[in-house]
Amino acid sequence: MTATTASPSTAVTIATPWRVRLMPYMLLAPAVLVTVFIVFFPMVQALATSFYDLILWKPNASRFVGFGNYVKLFADPVFWTALGNTAIWIGLTVPLQMGLGLLTALLLNREFPWRGLARGLIIIPWALPSVVIALMWRWIYDPNTGVLNDILIYLSVVQSAVPWLADPDLALYAIIATLTWQGFPFFAVMILAGLQGIPKSHYEAASIDGASAWRQFVHITLPGIAPVLATAGLLRVIWVANSMDVIFVMTGGGPGYATHTLPLYAFVRARQNLDFGYGTTIAVTFTVLLGAVVALYLARTMREVER
Amino acid sequence: MKKPSTVRRIITTDLPVLMIVLFAMAPFAWMVLTSLTPTKALNATGVSISPAGWSLDNYVRLLQQTSFLDNMLDSLIIACGTMALGLAVAVTAAYAFSRFRFTGRKLLMLQFLLINMFPIVLLILPLFVLMRKVGLLDTHFGLILANATVAIPFAVWMLTSYVGAIPKSLDEAAMIDGCSRLTALRRVVLPLMLPGIISTGIYIFITAWNEYLYALTLGGRNVRPVTVAIQTLIGEYQIEWGLLAAGAIVGAMPATILFLLVQRRLIGGMTQGAVKG
Repeated sequence: MTATTASPSTAVTIATPWRVRLMPYMLLAPAVLVTVFIVFFPMVQALATSFYDLILWKPNASRFVGFGNYVKLFADPVFWTALGNTAIWIGLTVPLQMGLGLLTALLLNREFPWRGLARGLIIIPWALPSVVIALMWRWIYDPNTGVLNDILIYLSVVQSAVPWLADPDLALYAIIATLTWQGFPFFAVMILAGLQGIPKSHYEAASIDGASAWRQFVHITLPGIAPVLATAGLLRVIWVANSMDVIFVMTGGGPGYATHTLPLYAFVRARQNLDFGYGTTIAVTFTVLLGAVVALYLARTMREVER
Repeated sequence: MKKPSTVRRIITTDLPVLMIVLFAMAPFAWMVLTSLTPTKALNATGVSISPAGWSLDNYVRLLQQTSFLDNMLDSLIIACGTMALGLAVAVTAAYAFSRFRFTGRKLLMLQFLLINMFPIVLLILPLFVLMRKVGLLDTHFGLILANATVAIPFAVWMLTSYVGAIPKSLDEAAMIDGCSRLTALRRVVLPLMLPGIISTGIYIFITAWNEYLYALTLGGRNVRPVTVAIQTLIGEYQIEWGLLAAGAIVGAMPATILFLLVQRRLIGGMTQGAVKG
């Protein structure tokens, strides 16, 4: 997203009275005021809450505990489980989405008659609400009547029905598969746009020089789409890390703590026990951890704006 | 380059693409089939693949026995409200970002980008506490405000890139002809921005329609958007997959159709930043 640079002429020809200089701030005021009110104020509130022992249904018992919640957090085994799950969750989902998206984009970049149609259909998972996706896959994974087990038994891949979402060793990976399905169209579309920006002449020159398809891919295609891969990848890490609605609807974090990720743990903790002090502490800690990725992304994007 | 023969093209391109399309479509198609199979048949023999076993039974039950239409109305009010609020504050902000150079510009742009990255849990908990205090819980307005946390930053960024693409000389010419800044914005820039405003607005509508966690936490009793309502179709004693599937399809329909209609232009706007890196 680029913005054109200002031509200095306007600023010089009109001797700027204060009203003109205030103009951009006036124009920005509504947006800034609303966001201050609904984002920054609550956030400061959250930070403050994390230093309190606050259980929502007994507000009078609320008391200041300093870093007490944070101390408790680092001694909490569920926190470490959730942190590990979050790492697996991001570490597998994003590369899988990217890989499948890259494959799809490369195929869609070729010439074939129904390209437009295929492009439109592939986007469907992206458009569906995540609750619908979660329920849909719960139905597919259902141990008794789910279609996945039917197919796998029919093909003799498994002998008996697999309880995909009830098995603590499988549940997280089953949800990762769902999220891969949901997210690969985003990568496909982004990468496709990147592929279409690579000049055809590069490939022609390379094939005249006798470069194989693989070498063309490594030396022309990959460098050409590297910026898109980096930006889309970073954006997606943040997105996947934050997304917990699919997990929440599919397993609610269970069985046990097998599918707890950090944001989900914060949400479940606050929702079930109304333990807002501790829940907020988890959320704040998660945000700080995610901050590194966000900083990388911001640095990239703001470099764009500079130009 | 040689033109590959048709057969080769079919094997190396059409077939793999077909498999990916099937992979993307199959779960949704399965959902459609499930919704068309009456509950009795579903329990007895499973999903009916042949049209002979299909009926609209689940859809009829959905509309007659549940409050699904009211839930659709709730979703509509919230999605339209979020769209209106988001666009109203974002249009002038985008104009300011792309036409003026002023102190704090970069910082303000950065803060809008930053908000979009915040984990929703971090906002959901304090928003719940605050809204409970001021009595906004379980109201349309409360959910509109909550959804605006996502919509405003997105709209500001999308629209800034759209305004940036409109030549500055146009509003300068209008101002030389005697228009004020704001008249130039209204008469010249706004009409040219319209395609951008429409697609940004539609995207806000879609995300607000599909939103689940805010709806669940901050709404739920009086105001119950479809995403929350679908889950309540699960049934008390056993999961009613047929009814659930019908609800999921009706609930997902508006946003999905809109998405397919505007996807090309939207993706154009979204990928611009990424591609130019």
